[in-house]
Amino acid sequence: MSIGTNGSVSAVGGVAADRLNYKFSRHLKERFIELLLMGCGFVAVFTTAAITVILVYESLGFFDFVSIWDFITGTVWTPLFANPQYGILPLVAGTMTITVIAMVVAVPMGTVIAIYLSEFAPHTVREVVKPALELIQAVPTIVFGYFALLFVTPALQGSILPGLPGFNMLVPGLVIGVATIPTIASLSEDAMRAVPMSMREGSYAMGGNKIQTAFMVVMPAAISGVVAAFVLAAARAIGETMIVAIAAGQNANFTFNPLEAAATLTAYIAQVSMGDLEHGSVGYRSIFAAGLVLLIMTLVLNVTGHFLRRRYRNAY
Amino acid sequence: MTTMTSKATGAQTQNLAEMRARIKSGIFRQHIFAFFGILFTSFAVLVLLAAFLDLLFDGIPRLSWDFLTSFPSRRPNEAGILSAWVGSAMVMLVTMLSAVPVGIGAAIYLEEYAGKNWITDLIEINVSNLAGVPSIVYGLLALGLFVYQFGFGESVLTAGLTLGLLILPIVIVSTREALRAVPIHIREAAYGVGATRWQMVSNHLVPYSRGGIMTGVILGMAEAIGQTAPIITIGALTFIAFLPPMPVTAEFPFLSLQWIWSEFTVLPIQMYSWVSRPNQDFQINAAAAGVVLLIMTLIMNGFAIYLRYQVRKKIKW
Repeated sequence: MSIGTNGSVSAVGGVAADRLNYKFSRHLKERFIELLLMGCGFVAVFTTAAITVILVYESLGFFDFVSIWDFITGTVWTPLFANPQYGILPLVAGTMTITVIAMVVAVPMGTVIAIYLSEFAPHTVREVVKPALELIQAVPTIVFGYFALLFVTPALQGSILPGLPGFNMLVPGLVIGVATIPTIASLSEDAMRAVPMSMREGSYAMGGNKIQTAFMVVMPAAISGVVAAFVLAAARAIGETMIVAIAAGQNANFTFNPLEAAATLTAYIAQVSMGDLEHGSVGYRSIFAAGLVLLIMTLVLNVTGHFLRRRYRNAY
Repeated sequence: MTTMTSKATGAQTQNLAEMRARIKSGIFRQHIFAFFGILFTSFAVLVLLAAFLDLLFDGIPRLSWDFLTSFPSRRPNEAGILSAWVGSAMVMLVTMLSAVPVGIGAAIYLEEYAGKNWITDLIEINVSNLAGVPSIVYGLLALGLFVYQFGFGESVLTAGLTLGLLILPIVIVSTREALRAVPIHIREAAYGVGATRWQMVSNHLVPYSRGGIMTGVILGMAEAIGQTAPIITIGALTFIAFLPPMPVTAEFPFLSLQWIWSEFTVLPIQMYSWVSRPNQDFQINAAAAGVVLLIMTLIMNGFAIYLRYQVRKKIKW
C-alpha cells in the first residue's frame, strides 16, 4: 500500500508491514474457520445435551403427577382412559418380548453368515453379498411393517398358527429379526476380518481345518466385536418403531406371550403422537417418560457395545 | 523281526486311514457349514425379495399418473400422494442444507484440526452415541425443542432439521473415512508450498475425497427419506389436501421461504396412515406409496454403492 514516492527504505518497511498485516489477517481467518468447524462438531454435543435435558425436564413434569415408584412397578398402562394408570411395565414387557424374539432369529443367522462371509466365501460372493445386505439395512422399516401385517401374519394364520390374532408380538419380532440380520452379519464380519491373517495361518500350519480355525481361533479372537454386534443390534431392535406400531397392536398388555398383541414403548409414543394431545398435559408428558425409559435401555446397550468394540480394536 | 515291522506298518496304515477319515469328515463338516452359510444368506435376501415383491404385486396396479398427481381423499381410488412426495422433497431439501455443511464441517474438524484433548474426546463420544439413539427419540427432541421451545410448529423446517440431526452421524463418519483415505503426502505437499490449513483442506482434501463424501451424503439422505417415527412424533398431519407455497414465485424476488413454515406430510407418513386403516382399498394405496418410497431409497442406495465402487477403483495415489 505504502510503496510509493517516499524512498526505498520506507517502501521496504511498508512491504514488511504489509506482510505482517497479511500474515495477521490470514491467521485470524484461519482461527475463525477453525472455530466455525469446531462449532459444527459441537452440534453433536448440543444434540445429546438437548435430548437429555428435554426428556428429563418433561419427565420431571410427569413425575409431579405420578409417583416414580408407581411408574416403575405398575403393571397397568392406561394413560388415555378416564381413570388413568401409569405403570410402565407392560410397555417394557412388550419391548423385551419382541426384542428377544428378534435376537433369537438374528443372532444365530447373522453369526453364521458372518463366519461364512469372512472364512469360507470366495471373494466374488462376498463382493455381491455385502452390498445386498446393506440394501436390506436401507429398506425403510415401514415397508417391513406393511410386510409383517399384510403378508407374514396372514401367511402364518393360514399355515402353522391358525389361531394367531391379527396383531401379535411374534410376527413383528420375526420381521425385526430378519431386518437385523444384516447389522449383525456385517458388524461381526468386520470384527472377524480384523483378526490378523497370521493367526489363521498358524492354525492351518498345525493342521486345523477351516471349521476349527473359524471356531477355535477366529471366533475367540473376535468375540468382543461379535458380542458388540449383538448388543448394538439389540439396541436397534428396542428402538424400532414402525414395524411394531403397525403389526403388534396398540394396547399396553402386560404379557410375555408372543401370540398376544401388546404395545411397546415406541409404539405407544407413535400412537399418542398421531392423536391430538394438549401441550403440557399428563398424556403429553407421558410420551417423554416412555422415551426416557427407552433412551436409558438403549444407552446401556450402546455403551456396553462401545466398550466391547474398543476392546477388539485395541487387541490387534 | 519281520513280524515287528509288519506290525508297525499295520499300525501306520491304520493311523493313516484314521487320519484320512478325520480329514474327510473335517472337509465334510466344512461343506455342511458352508451350506448353512449360503442357506442363511439366501434366506435373508429372499425375505427382502418377498417383502419387495409383496409390495410390488399389491401396489403396481394402483400406480398411475393420477396417483402421483392427486391429493389424499376419503375415497380410496381417488386418493393420491401429491402432497406426500412434494412434502418429502421439501423436507429432504432442508435436511440436506442443514446436515451436509455441519456434518462435513464436523468431520473436517475431527480429522484435520482437533488435537488429542478432552474436547475432541467429548465430540467423538457424542457422535458415536448419537448414532445409537433410536430415531423416535429424535422426534421427542424435536417435539420439545423445535415445535414448542423455538416455536417452529409442525412445519417443514422442524421435520427437516430433525432428520438433519438424525443423519448427522452418518455424514460425519463417512466424511471422516473419505478424508482419512487421502494420503499424508498430499497434505505435506500443500503445506510445503505455503498453504494454510484451510487452503489445504478446501483446495485439496475436500475435492479429492468428494466421491466418498457424496456417498455418505446420499446414504444419509436415503436413511432420512424412509424415516417415519420422528416425523410422526413431531405431529405431522396425515391428511393434507394442499401444497406448501412454492419456493419459486412469479413476483420479485422470485424466491420465497414461506414453504419452510408450512404444514406438510411425507411419503412414509401417508403410507402409515393408509396401512392402519381396515379398508383394503386404502391398504393397496399404502402399497403403491410404499413402492414409490422403496424405489427412491433403492435408487439412492444403488447410486451410493456404485459411487463407492468407482471411487475405490479409480483412486491410485
